[in-house]
Amino acid sequence: MAAIELRGLTKVYPGGVKALDSLDLTVPDGEFFALLGPSGCGKTTLLRTIAGLETATGGAVVIGGRDVTGVQPGGRDIAMVFQDYALFPHMDVSDNIAYPLRIKKVAKAARHAKAAEVGARLGLEQLMDRRPGQLSGGQQQRVALARVMATQAQAFLFDEPLSNLDARLRLEARTFLKKLQRELGVTTVFVTHDQAEALAMADRMAVMEAGHIRQIGTPAEVFQRPANTFVAGFIGSTPMNLLDAVVRGDTLEVAGCKVPVPASARGLLTDGEKLVYGVRPEYMTYSAQPADGSLAGDVVILENLGASHLVTLDVDDVLVQAVVPEGHEPALGERGHAVPRADRALVYRDGELVSA
Amino acid sequence: MTRTWAGRIGFYTLIAVLLAFFTIPLLWLAAAPFTSDPSYEVRMPDFTFENFQTIIEHPYALWSLVNSLILAIGTALLVVVLSALAAYALSRVRIPGRDALLYALLLLSSIITGTAAMVPLFQLAIELNLIDSHTGLILIMTGGLLPAAIFMIKDFMDATPKSYEESARVFGASPLQIVRHVVTPVVRPGLATIAVWTIANVWGNFLMPFLLLSDVEKQPAAVIMYTLYTEGGQANLKVLSTFGLLYSVPVVLMYLFVSKKYGFRFHGGIKR
Repeated sequence: MAAIELRGLTKVYPGGVKALDSLDLTVPDGEFFALLGPSGCGKTTLLRTIAGLETATGGAVVIGGRDVTGVQPGGRDIAMVFQDYALFPHMDVSDNIAYPLRIKKVAKAARHAKAAEVGARLGLEQLMDRRPGQLSGGQQQRVALARVMATQAQAFLFDEPLSNLDARLRLEARTFLKKLQRELGVTTVFVTHDQAEALAMADRMAVMEAGHIRQIGTPAEVFQRPANTFVAGFIGSTPMNLLDAVVRGDTLEVAGCKVPVPASARGLLTDGEKLVYGVRPEYMTYSAQPADGSLAGDVVILENLGASHLVTLDVDDVLVQAVVPEGHEPALGERGHAVPRADRALVYRDGELVSA
Repeated sequence: MTRTWAGRIGFYTLIAVLLAFFTIPLLWLAAAPFTSDPSYEVRMPDFTFENFQTIIEHPYALWSLVNSLILAIGTALLVVVLSALAAYALSRVRIPGRDALLYALLLLSSIITGTAAMVPLFQLAIELNLIDSHTGLILIMTGGLLPAAIFMIKDFMDATPKSYEESARVFGASPLQIVRHVVTPVVRPGLATIAVWTIANVWGNFLMPFLLLSDVEKQPAAVIMYTLYTEGGQANLKVLSTFGLLYSVPVVLMYLFVSKKYGFRFHGGIKR
């Protein structure tokens, strides 16, 4: 078990593409850490550089206090689950799980005993002599997890661990993975492009864009207070309302309406300044009656989210969304008022959060 | 209704004629060795083993089959090992002009080996003191078959996900361990295909051994077959048919064995 520390990590591909640009990151011992970002943002490159499958162009990778920047993947005492699980098709489940121990020259009987023990823990007892091709996606994933557990490595790396599962199974696997990581207590870094997955599983997460880390924090911090408009737009199953605003004394003028300056930005704004006002649809209260500091407009779209509805208001040609609980959904075309929660609304100056 | 029936009858008649065209020589090969006086027609054999007796007593016939085996297996081993290593490297390492190199090799090897390269190959063998030796012949035939073999096996290598190797690497496997534990087992059907293809090629090769071996005792079956005449200069159908049967059996057995064990997967050069 060990912390993972990255210092000024840079990766430039031949041809000049800068995949990682001087990243600093510390993942403390035992943490479940998510690397989140759109495709091409460098999150997989970062994971592969930690694993040693890519060589860093600059900076250092430190695992458990040991600088492993120049060390081969096999010497880093880490284990990795690949997106396609990379189970060897010609070996049965038992041989697959025991493979890392075979490399470490553990005797055959001992390594198969270990494989049986780990396999049993993940509910694979009945499948030990099957080939990977005869297993379902969920079973294959558990074999891949059993194989990394058998290594007893200091840290685990998961590359998109859930993306090969179908939607239903993905939710189950999410809970299962989180529980397993908690039980094992092994430092784990996983890569995902699915913000819901990162929010649900991670203790902390880094949101990446174009080789840079745009925000590091707990899922709650990243969800409630995105550090910039990129993170604000990327996180959340319904996108955050990001509206152009102008400062008018104690209020902001947004789409022709007046809303109070959010608590977090009070005293940090200058009169007449142009900003972006951000508030999540989940942090809006909808009301049919006019209310103070609300955004008023006509209901143009209603989307059913199950236990709630996503209501889209046309406020002076600007679309504003609010989540309305079951039973309170308005009628299409009705005049509505969306009141942002003052403690959850945010203000962005040049794309960055304005905050004390 | 009548028209479709007529069409069907016509279709099956055509197929029967085509089949007969290919079956009759095979039937002859099966029957003639057991006939005491074979001719060019297919007849019910009288089940004699006289012809086999003649072959066994022939000074070179049986040894030539052993020579064929030595040449075929030696070449197959070299071709499989070398083409697998070369194809693995070509599949995994990005070098500029890699595909052009492959196609050039394939093109040149298929044009140049054989008849066109007869004289230079002969001279090369003499200069290297490899004339009249099985080693020399094996090396030259390996050279001729390698490009096509690399081309075929590279497809199998390309189809093997890189994550298998990376996964093994993260667990600490060395490059040789990766090749032994992961790559070779995964591409085994491809290796089997190459081995069979090489053996069949060498087994049927007449020109190269005829050219490079002068000692009759070293000649493979394909060349000895050519010497089976009667005193009158006529083809000796008795020994020729018997030897022909003995000559085909090993290759047929090998095909059946390998096909059952691995199943053939030919897709040389074709991307799926």
